[in-house]
Amino acid sequence: MKLEGKRLIWQDYQKEIADDNYFYARSCIRQTFFPGAEAVFVKILKDELGKDIHDEQHHTSCTGIGYHSDVVPFDTTMTVVARQFALMTEAGYENYAASCVTSFGLYTEILDTWHHFPETEARIREFLFKATGREFKKPKNLAHASDIVYKFRHQIAAKAKYKLVDKNTGEPLKVVEHIGCHYSKMFPHKGIGGAEYPYVLSGMIEAWGGEVIDYPERRHCCGFGFRQYVVQANRGFSLSCSKKKFDSMEPYEPDMIITNCPGCPMFLDRWQYALSEMEGKTYGKGNHGIPVFTYEEVAGMIMGYDPWEIGLQVHQVPAEPLLDKIGIPYNISQKFKGKNGEDIGMPESPSYLKFYAE
Amino acid sequence: MGELYNRLATDIRFVESLKACINCGTCTAICPAAEFYNYDPRVIATTVQSRDDDKIRELMCSDVIWYCGECMSCKTRCPRGNAPGMLIIVLRSLSQDMGYFTESEKGRQQLAVKRAIGDQILLSGYCVRPDSVDPDMHPEQGPVWEWELQHLAPVMEKLGANYNGEGAGALRKVSDADLDELKKIFEVTGGQDRYDKIESFSKLKAEKMGLEFGTDTSSEYFQYVFTANNQKHNHE
Repeated sequence: MKLEGKRLIWQDYQKEIADDNYFYARSCIRQTFFPGAEAVFVKILKDELGKDIHDEQHHTSCTGIGYHSDVVPFDTTMTVVARQFALMTEAGYENYAASCVTSFGLYTEILDTWHHFPETEARIREFLFKATGREFKKPKNLAHASDIVYKFRHQIAAKAKYKLVDKNTGEPLKVVEHIGCHYSKMFPHKGIGGAEYPYVLSGMIEAWGGEVIDYPERRHCCGFGFRQYVVQANRGFSLSCSKKKFDSMEPYEPDMIITNCPGCPMFLDRWQYALSEMEGKTYGKGNHGIPVFTYEEVAGMIMGYDPWEIGLQVHQVPAEPLLDKIGIPYNISQKFKGKNGEDIGMPESPSYLKFYAE
Repeated sequence: MGELYNRLATDIRFVESLKACINCGTCTAICPAAEFYNYDPRVIATTVQSRDDDKIRELMCSDVIWYCGECMSCKTRCPRGNAPGMLIIVLRSLSQDMGYFTESEKGRQQLAVKRAIGDQILLSGYCVRPDSVDPDMHPEQGPVWEWELQHLAPVMEKLGANYNGEGAGALRKVSDADLDELKKIFEVTGGQDRYDKIESFSKLKAEKMGLEFGTDTSSEYFQYVFTANNQKHNHE
């Protein structure tokens, strides 16, 4: 890959990211499937970087999945988002940090809509006041949580115990980065690096010692497709998109996949399991899959946090081969134990995909 | 110019997403749905800009508008700055307002989406919760998910979540006062009206099809629309 030319493109797509004082809005999917990732994000910002981050208890879903599966009208979604902005205003914050890429895309779209159609903003303000009595100021700065980790990637690297490097060979790990579609495909200038060469995850990977894989289907959707996954009859669409990506990346022998969208890591993880059960096919050597992580989990891993406290055990594709390659220690006997070591059973082993437990 | 076209044209997203389409097909080349389904977003733009109400009605009654995954890859690449994926949102909205969605297999699925996602939003304040991802309806989630669901409280405690707890944190219980505000927003802005229309048009269809309608995800009609696939949606 000729990096020089791409760096020039990336320079055109830099965005301002607030330095401190974030109002944090959580993601429905992230909380459901990888809540440890959000815990790591808050911990790194607060404890490692000394930042102020407000964890708001009164916010709700932005309705994004409902909006993009077309059961929630735009006016409703805009008003729910206006309520989130009101909560931010009431808490005394101006910098909105969204955990979810679908939410981030929607916030971006809504702010753009209000910019071009001020009468729509006025109508939504009336709706919000009528429904809740609340008023709001628009965020001064809107960032996706991955933007914030990108901004502090070098500080995180400076504090890290480990690098994305093979401990035996000293070679950088080969990393696939997957960007959620709504991060920058709709509004390229709102994402670091734009839509064709998004740099938000590549920047982290390079700063943390890894090597980014450039493969043909790098920008293809993971296949969520909202209604295409929610409804069982449509899931062939979702699975096929992920398979297209796996087939495309397989020849490059990636060590791991990093994602910035809440849904993508779950789909890329679970569809590897489904494909292994359906076709006996696995995408790593020796019946291993390609482990899939959120960027927060990867930050936590290199900081030396306990892999089971950040939630790597709730991935269906095991993380152990990667932990071994980097040299991150873990206690396999604690993998499926409770917080205080209590026995809560363990999952069954899949038919093909390698399973690690004690 | 017909009535349906005029209604589409009043949506600000329509104004934003369709300047005269030049039929280059770039959207179709990049579209993940066009690769999987017998689907061509270029034709969506062509049909809509024909301003022919008969063709637009036919489109809104068909499976075709329900194939898009709303990834918006088309938005990035269109040389005219158009977004067929956004046009799809506008078409789907009107299709539900008019009741056309129950005329196609893929359109009828909106009842399943409304009950699985839409109702969850008002019930819990989340689009999705761990307890809403039932392994029977989601076998692809695998054995780790099944184990996690059986031991949700201790697993969530270990992962630093505040599962069903008061105050802030992942998977906290959204308070009744906050849920009341959400419901009020849905009432004031047309969200509840959309839900009611999906239910009422679907009920009519269920009666015509002779299927028990019910109110939850176990009803005959829900199970039918959630799983039915006539296998005629993909390329030959």
